[in-house]
Amino acid sequence: MNDWIERQRHLLDFTLTSLARRKTKNIGLLVVFALLVFVLASVSLYTQALRSEAVRVLEQSPEIVVQRLVAGRHDLIPPDYLEGIGRLRGVRSIETRLWGYYYDPVLKANYTLMVPRTRTIEQGEIVVGPALEHTRGLGTNTGISLRAYSGELHTFLVTDVLPHETELMSADLVLMNEGDFRRFFNFPDGHYTDIVLSVANPREVRNIGLKLMEMLPDARPILREEVLRTYNSIYAWREGLLLALLSASILAFGILAWEKSTGLSADERREIGILKAIGWETGDVIRMKFWEGFVIAFSAFLFGYVLAYVHVFYLRFFLFEPVLKGWAVLYPRFALTPQIDAMQLITLFIFTVVPYVAAVLVPIWRAATTDPDTVMRS
Amino acid sequence: MLELIAIRKAFNQGKPNEFWALDGIDLEIPQKGVTVLRGPSGSGKTTLLTILGCLARPTEGRVRLHGELISGLPERFLTEIRRKTFGFVFQQFNLIRGLSAIENIILPSYPTGERRSVLLERGEALLEKLRLSHRRDNAVEWLSGGEQQRVAICRALINSPQILIADEPTANLDTRLAREFLTILKLLADEGRTVVMTSHDPVVADSEVVDRVISLRDGRIVPDLAQVFAQAFG
Amino acid sequence: MFFQPTIIALLLVAMLNAAMLAVASPYAWQLIRQWDIGSGSDRQLRLERLTYFFSTLLVFVCLLQIASTLLFVFNADHMHTMFVGAMCAIGTLNVNQWGFPALYLQLALFFMAALWLALNALDNRARDYPLVRVKYGALLVLAPVAFASLVVQLLYFGNLEADVITSCCGSMFSEESESVAATLAAIEPGPAMVLFYSVLLPTIFVSAWHWRSTGFSRLRAGAVGLASALAFLVSIAAVVAFVSLYIYEHPNHHCPFCILQPEFGYQGYLIYIPLFAAAAFGMASGLLAPFNRFSSLATLAPTASRRLAGQAAVGYALVVAVCTLMVLKSNLILLD
Repeated sequence: MNDWIERQRHLLDFTLTSLARRKTKNIGLLVVFALLVFVLASVSLYTQALRSEAVRVLEQSPEIVVQRLVAGRHDLIPPDYLEGIGRLRGVRSIETRLWGYYYDPVLKANYTLMVPRTRTIEQGEIVVGPALEHTRGLGTNTGISLRAYSGELHTFLVTDVLPHETELMSADLVLMNEGDFRRFFNFPDGHYTDIVLSVANPREVRNIGLKLMEMLPDARPILREEVLRTYNSIYAWREGLLLALLSASILAFGILAWEKSTGLSADERREIGILKAIGWETGDVIRMKFWEGFVIAFSAFLFGYVLAYVHVFYLRFFLFEPVLKGWAVLYPRFALTPQIDAMQLITLFIFTVVPYVAAVLVPIWRAATTDPDTVMRS
Repeated sequence: MLELIAIRKAFNQGKPNEFWALDGIDLEIPQKGVTVLRGPSGSGKTTLLTILGCLARPTEGRVRLHGELISGLPERFLTEIRRKTFGFVFQQFNLIRGLSAIENIILPSYPTGERRSVLLERGEALLEKLRLSHRRDNAVEWLSGGEQQRVAICRALINSPQILIADEPTANLDTRLAREFLTILKLLADEGRTVVMTSHDPVVADSEVVDRVISLRDGRIVPDLAQVFAQAFG
Repeated sequence: MFFQPTIIALLLVAMLNAAMLAVASPYAWQLIRQWDIGSGSDRQLRLERLTYFFSTLLVFVCLLQIASTLLFVFNADHMHTMFVGAMCAIGTLNVNQWGFPALYLQLALFFMAALWLALNALDNRARDYPLVRVKYGALLVLAPVAFASLVVQLLYFGNLEADVITSCCGSMFSEESESVAATLAAIEPGPAMVLFYSVLLPTIFVSAWHWRSTGFSRLRAGAVGLASALAFLVSIAAVVAFVSLYIYEHPNHHCPFCILQPEFGYQGYLIYIPLFAAAAFGMASGLLAPFNRFSSLATLAPTASRRLAGQAAVGYALVVAVCTLMVLKSNLILLD
């Protein structure tokens, strides 16, 4: 066992000096390799973080949202709707919600206007999301005038800005008083946008959903778990699609690695011949080459991954942001919660290191099986 | 000690350019002494040397080392025997550039898994013996031809082999250095090592260090006249 | 559902394994037919060089299988949110009938590659490579398994569609269910514990005995191999039947995968790493023993077999120790 470790140490030792002796060739490969890891790791760290951000926020939202459909389109909830639901067993609380979209021609962006359930806002006042804070320069105690769809101009005073932690979900939010909301949109009294239900037992959620559909055939219950599932699969799908597109670069990299290791310089070939002549065995040379690949792959992986980590969590993913986040004009500018996940690491590893190893396997074997007597036959 | 029986060696076997470099060699190398293989280029002396040194396997025929049949051994075992039993000095020295003298010297011992400190100690002793200690940490490409060869000899001796194999060791040396090499050779032969080398250098062939000269032509051994007479009339 | 990064990665590995083994197979066949150790011909030298390629390739396949099996389980766990009713990895694997077969094939390929490497390591120590034909014959079996693994994974992932109602751990292991997994859980924790200790302890004993004994008995080595395989299955059953309950501290949560998750402190690795290693070592110990009938392996095979048995004994001892410890330190009380 000790012999074995000592032997590996010798081989690693030789490998390191050998890499140092061929700096230019190896640095090129290292840079390309690290770049590949960087791109893939950026994409996957970013989607991963977005997904868990969404999950984190959704976890606080109600279990069921009930919307009403008219002609297949989302419609307002009429006043008598609530009464039927009240009798459902297992429902802990029922609340109505008021919200809507507002297009701001100044920014050419949509805001979500909403009447909050948990805080009271005085008439004429609003609370805005962080995206509005930085795009329209709003702060506490600044005023803003919005032209309603009816053509009237409404003026509001900003009294607070929402915290940045939940920016993905609240970036474009404008919270206001119920009276203001109804006046602004000409929203009929007694009607609501939708209804939210909270359910005590998570196993009951589906049953309640089914009962709701029986009771109110024109209602569409949306379950939180379904929203979560959709988020999950959409983000994973987008990430997968992007990775599939990037597979071209993985392939190109594999070819480069193959080419690099097949195109052993005459110098290297001679060196392997010498090693074999003076008593190294084919297995020793393969192991030495393995260490070489390991050193390159490991450092490239580490380097690329750390860069990606910094890029995503500290530099806000500025290079590829538009591709993944969606197509809204108001980009959320929040810091994602850093996280590393074993599954994601192994996936990345398979996308980068495995093609590399597969590409160099045959060339390494070819080089290692150089006949030991070649040095004498020059 | 090293015994070759009916050795033949082909290159490009089964192809149109097939060619038999050795064509029926019977030879015994005794335990002690310096043997020189001589012959024109293309006579097969280098190929014979590779077979004697276990660098290559014969296509046909048998090789015995200390009575043990080794010609059929797979490379894995042949290498092990080679590492333990043989040391090599090549015509071009074949040192690894960029590495220091001492690192070159201990290279053949890496696969044995001995501790580095032990290897360094052994390497330094050899450098000392060949009066090269001051070059220990110099990169080999900066050494003179004679120094490079002495480093190569140290490397050949690091695993304390019984047999030293040298391919045209004096081809790249001037007469003074060639004589110096022969002195070192004498030293090694006196220690009881077997030396086998190829050479067409008259300085070597005429040297008193050499015990035996074997001439080759077209892949066969040319009978030594003196020996033929001795057999016929002795 | 193919456009998921992890699924793409898994399929990539499966394809790579199948492709590499498929390309290698004709060469293996050539080795079987033309190998002639005594010859010094160019052909023989070329074949000999090929053997190095195969051992490197198989090391790679073996490592890939370890990564891929882990990833497969992680992925199953991760995707459970996409399927209604799936509470953890088991739910995801149960979405269609190909989930568990895919997992079993992954494991099979890992063990086969590991055993092949053991065989190869032994053969490489004998000067006449007596097992060349056995080895490359065995290699020919690996390619179809790798191919099957690829196909089953394609079927599994291809037929995955989010929202299919699946059973979760709870219902899967309910006593009414007829599946194999359910019978595992249907074993009461008490009898399961008795079974676990009454198989594992003798396995450790016979392995240690084989390791330490001076005489060599092929029968004993065979017993080590069989006992190791059995102990592996029993250990998995034990994890499902009672160890998991103690780790989750929940009387009905039988999942053998959740224990790999951070929520449970990655405790599963403490069980699975020694378990898989011990199973591979033990089976290899039994596999190598009969080859002592080759004269060049007369001493090598028994030595290797003994050493592997020793490693298996240590591995299984660790499994027993870890499981026992987890039961003891748990707050759950199932038995008095």
